[in-house]
Amino acid sequence: MINLETPKKFRLFVQQANQVADNFLRSNSRKYDLAEHAYPKELDLLASLVDGMSDSGQSQGAGAAGVRRDENGDEKGKVKNGTNMSSVLSIIEMCWGDVGLLLSMPRQGLGNSAIASVATDEQLEKFKGTWAAMAITEPSFGSDSAAITTTAVKDGDEYVLNGEKIFVTSGERADSVVVWATLDKSLGRAAIKSFVVPKSLPGIRVERLEHKLGIRSSDTAVIVLENCRVPAENLLGSPEIDTKQGFAGAMATFDNTRPLVAGMAVGCARASLEVVRDLLEEQGIEIDYDRPAALQSHAAATYIQMEADWEAALLLTLTAAWLADNRKPNSMEASMAKAKAGRVGNDITLRCVELAGTLGYSETELLEKWSRDSKILDIFEGTQQIQQLIVARRLLNLTSTQLR
Amino acid sequence: MANRKDPMGIGLAVLNRIASSPAIDKLGLRKATERAVYQGAKGGFQAAGAAARTFKRVKGSGKPKRQSSAPDAGVFDLTPTEDQEMIVGVVREFAAEVLRPGAADADTATDTSKEVLAQTSEFGLTLLNIPESLGGLSEERSAVTGVLVAEALAEGDMGQAVACLAPAAVATAISLWGTDEQQQTYLPAFTGDDVPAAALVLAEPRALFDPFALQTTATKTADGYVLDGLKSAAVRGSEAELFVVGASLDGESRLFVVEASTSGVGVKADPGMGLRAAALSRLQLDGVTVPESALLGTADDYRECVRLSRLGWAALALGTGKAVLDYTSEYVKTREAFGEPIAHRQAVAFMVANIAIELEGMRLTTLRAASQAEQGMDIGRQVALARRLAGEHGMKIGTDGVQLLGGHGFVKEHPVERWYRDLRAVGLMEGAVLV
Repeated sequence: MINLETPKKFRLFVQQANQVADNFLRSNSRKYDLAEHAYPKELDLLASLVDGMSDSGQSQGAGAAGVRRDENGDEKGKVKNGTNMSSVLSIIEMCWGDVGLLLSMPRQGLGNSAIASVATDEQLEKFKGTWAAMAITEPSFGSDSAAITTTAVKDGDEYVLNGEKIFVTSGERADSVVVWATLDKSLGRAAIKSFVVPKSLPGIRVERLEHKLGIRSSDTAVIVLENCRVPAENLLGSPEIDTKQGFAGAMATFDNTRPLVAGMAVGCARASLEVVRDLLEEQGIEIDYDRPAALQSHAAATYIQMEADWEAALLLTLTAAWLADNRKPNSMEASMAKAKAGRVGNDITLRCVELAGTLGYSETELLEKWSRDSKILDIFEGTQQIQQLIVARRLLNLTSTQLR
Repeated sequence: MANRKDPMGIGLAVLNRIASSPAIDKLGLRKATERAVYQGAKGGFQAAGAAARTFKRVKGSGKPKRQSSAPDAGVFDLTPTEDQEMIVGVVREFAAEVLRPGAADADTATDTSKEVLAQTSEFGLTLLNIPESLGGLSEERSAVTGVLVAEALAEGDMGQAVACLAPAAVATAISLWGTDEQQQTYLPAFTGDDVPAAALVLAEPRALFDPFALQTTATKTADGYVLDGLKSAAVRGSEAELFVVGASLDGESRLFVVEASTSGVGVKADPGMGLRAAALSRLQLDGVTVPESALLGTADDYRECVRLSRLGWAALALGTGKAVLDYTSEYVKTREAFGEPIAHRQAVAFMVANIAIELEGMRLTTLRAASQAEQGMDIGRQVALARRLAGEHGMKIGTDGVQLLGGHGFVKEHPVERWYRDLRAVGLMEGAVLV
């Protein structure tokens, strides 16, 4: 039966997440935006709370690890609202609080999502409790992940990794990094594998931290690997180079993480919408959903338009998660959600600043911050253009050599 | 203002242009066009309901029958019920095999054929929102089914879809808000074999129209009301036997049931840029005297009516949008330029991707509004959002559809120009359909 309301079993949990976001994240937003690179110690307490909830099985998949597609089909044929849905709902609330701080949550890195997505049960056990960052991008490429130059060479029971990774979110604070490297550059995409590299190993170091437009509370590191020897069992997925399967294995992670990033944009944009609505009301602007927009003030009409696009982004995001929970292919839908939420999140937060004038522009309010934070959400985990490329290829049934 | 023509003047101008068009003869459309021109150029208002039946008044015996709201399932779910899949399956087939192939002719004829209308009555389109106890289909209200059906019909052709759905809009309004007497008087006609043409008429022909500030008035008299004003977008107005119209009563917008045969009711064809198969008309109410029992529902019900009608338009946009998406997807893969299919260019492929993305966003937002409606929730906000998306992105899809075909999109050899004209209606229409 078609129903697009928040699942009943998650409603209380969403409320709680909202309160946590309000008290731990929103209330520290400006502090760590100004103190870039300072460690947000308030999050340690919160992270242990989340861990506790996870261990007691009450978290409903509160974080990054919630994207694992568990295969326990005990409720075959029944529609499921599972951990993909609850992870997205939780991330929306957290990013309504603060995107940068959500990204700084200990043990909730994108590397954790990657591990949850593709690790074997043994690996999952081995890496339990780690805080894993994700390292794909290099100085010489961004979107074109097939151009990876970081190498992994098998030597006995170990792989030896060499290369430089940039834009590693939580690269400094995390205790391990999921590094993408190629086993044999001549074999193209199929030879690209990901490795869980503990930062305690010799040969991996943080070179420097970036200064950024937004999400300043989240550290973004440059990581250098110099003859870093990683145990062979830290390779995620199959060590075989299957040229038929190509990139599909490594890319599967994105089907699970893109709805999460879409959720970040949805949460961030909602924060702006709520604040601006209050500010507009203070100025006597009332939003009437029944009256034609053309008869209302421009501000009210703009608001309804923003809200409409926001709603589309939200529902596309929930749909991508719903498909994952019900073990249906969601690659195109995940990209649709990311494309829509990424651009809408950015557009809304920027227009909210404009509506609020110099008040919105000033550090008095958080509106200006959200409009800086939102920009990255239309870039990382696949830019707007990459998402459109994926959607177009799927839709038109074209290969990457036909539609480049 | 100098070049403003009176209605007859416009008619003659149109007649002149069409008469001199050689395309009419080539396509063998002369007959149909002449009929259309006759409709459009009639000039003055004709008395409505020449062939209208009289509805035998039935005294109410108590409480009106209502469909119940569906319980909140508590689970996020995008799977239609088996019933919905079945109904939509039939409608989709009908849309693909009857509406789509007949769309160009219906557009030219500015009407939907009797056969098509009869077939939709056979499916029981008007029965969806009538309670089972009154001869309808279901005890439970399903706005979601209504949305899915409207979407499927419009994928075939929006203009004919509107013509087919118009009687259902009136039946739904009477089911949802009618008294026992109103239900018993009017609904039997809609559950029988010979479903009357009927129209829900809220719009008025002026810029910045607001359905909550109507210029059409209802004045209370000793034993009823007198209605005065000019309404627009009455579907198949000259055929309609029954109208539900919006009028302002003591400053509040309300609904009134008006039988077409009532004295003072006039109709005039008012064809527009699109939706031509819906034979949109103006409806003049000139001192129309109706009994007390003509007042339908409360002011809140009127508000709900506006919302559910907008929801219907959003649903129609989904279907036409899907038609554009499928048609252009196919076209860009076969059309070649610079030695390869134009689909291989990002500038082209991304336009198609964005059509798909926005269409899916519209669809989910519309379905959420419908699901809230059937769960008895307040749908004001959700409907506004669905309408906003359908109006804005729906039109963008329409214009991109023509753009993707280039010059070929501009000529009538392809249907995209019709979809463009039809999609312009979505963001501005009030009334006519109801889910």
